[in-house]
Amino acid sequence: MCVVCGCAETGEGRENKAGHAQAHAHGHEHDHGPEAASHVQVDAQHGDLHFGSGAARVSVPGMSQARAIKLETDILGENNRHARQNRAHFEGHGVTALNLVSSPGSGKTTLLCATIEALKRRRPRLSVSVIEGDQQTTLDADRIRATGAAAVQVNTGKGCHLDAPMVAQAFARLHSHQPHAHHGHEHPHHHHEEPASLLFIENVGNLVCPAVWDLGEAAKVVILSVTEGEDKPLKYPDMFAASTLMLLNKVDLLPHLNFDLQRCIDAARRVNPAIEILQVSATSGAGMEAWLNWLEQVMGVPAALAAESREASLSRRVAELEAQLAEMLEARAKPQPN
Amino acid sequence: MHEASLAGGILQLVEDAARREGFRRVTQLRLQAGQLAGVEPRALRFALEALSPGTCLQDACFEIEEPPGEAWCLPCGQTVAIAQRGEACPHCGHYQLQPTGGTELKVLDMLVED
Repeated sequence: MCVVCGCAETGEGRENKAGHAQAHAHGHEHDHGPEAASHVQVDAQHGDLHFGSGAARVSVPGMSQARAIKLETDILGENNRHARQNRAHFEGHGVTALNLVSSPGSGKTTLLCATIEALKRRRPRLSVSVIEGDQQTTLDADRIRATGAAAVQVNTGKGCHLDAPMVAQAFARLHSHQPHAHHGHEHPHHHHEEPASLLFIENVGNLVCPAVWDLGEAAKVVILSVTEGEDKPLKYPDMFAASTLMLLNKVDLLPHLNFDLQRCIDAARRVNPAIEILQVSATSGAGMEAWLNWLEQVMGVPAALAAESREASLSRRVAELEAQLAEMLEARAKPQPN
Repeated sequence: MHEASLAGGILQLVEDAARREGFRRVTQLRLQAGQLAGVEPRALRFALEALSPGTCLQDACFEIEEPPGEAWCLPCGQTVAIAQRGEACPHCGHYQLQPTGGTELKVLDMLVED
């Protein structure tokens, strides 16, 4: 087969190559037959040749009108570019953003309301805002606003997750409602006049899709309620692998359930050995203290968290290279069999 | 279901390339969706085919490579093959694995016509 124009090469074509070479701009040595040529149109009556009849309206020697283009582009690249902008934006405004993910019905919004109320008591001056993702209705944002925190509802319509541009728009809206908002500035310089604040992004209830989309958050927090199965981390590993913290919610119900807590924790550690785990109940208040401590720790050191993971990945890489080196040295030390 | 959004992202990448490179039709599109990338290749293909009519991807042939999952096993100190997250190391049976390969999600290249 001719790799330039894709037509099949035949034995008999080789014999009369002088005749067809003229008809083909890429000048290779086989017979296409007039109708097989992709970018030459042959007038049936007179045998006239029309080279410029391809879509390009021009024929270039040595080049077929079909061509290959190398992209090597990350499919999520555009989302990740927005996520990086969000991250810089959040940092610039002293905002610690957390991406809360779970299946529907895990108690995310109830937990969020309880968290906001607890934070109001513990740190009355801390500004807390919420971006609420759902497919439709403003029910959740209304619940958050009832606590006094600023909230923007993002309805994705048929969408199954929030993406970074949605969060960017929602954040701009939230921020323009804050009394201390300053705009028209350059990023990512730090606004010293802005106190540290907390932004909760409550993702669409879905344990699959939101795992793939970076929103620019400091960390993903996955919420699993004990009324769900203890093996969910194994069934939906991507989400638990992508999260920094797992909140086991509704633990006040444990006495009434057949939920093997240790099995659930083991399952989460199987897919993510580094995941932190806290047990909480939004209704009884159990474990809320530890959750608030965790929040304060993340707010204090968002950069340190990132640095830790960078360090971990670097040390892994070093170990990997050392192992390769050891293998090579070992191979070299062995006498070569002849 | 996020494969539909990913297909939209792919179409956008291809349309950007079409404007930049001046082509009208894609005959073949080669993608990479690693085993650990959190993407179902069949769903991605379905989404692309559903999305393509009326675009430069119409009637294109979609080729989806699936690079195998690989992870660094801490106890073993070596790279091992895993088909999905949450799988044990095939050598030592432990779960202290850090995925290192098969997480790719890329548009590789395409064949186009003017």
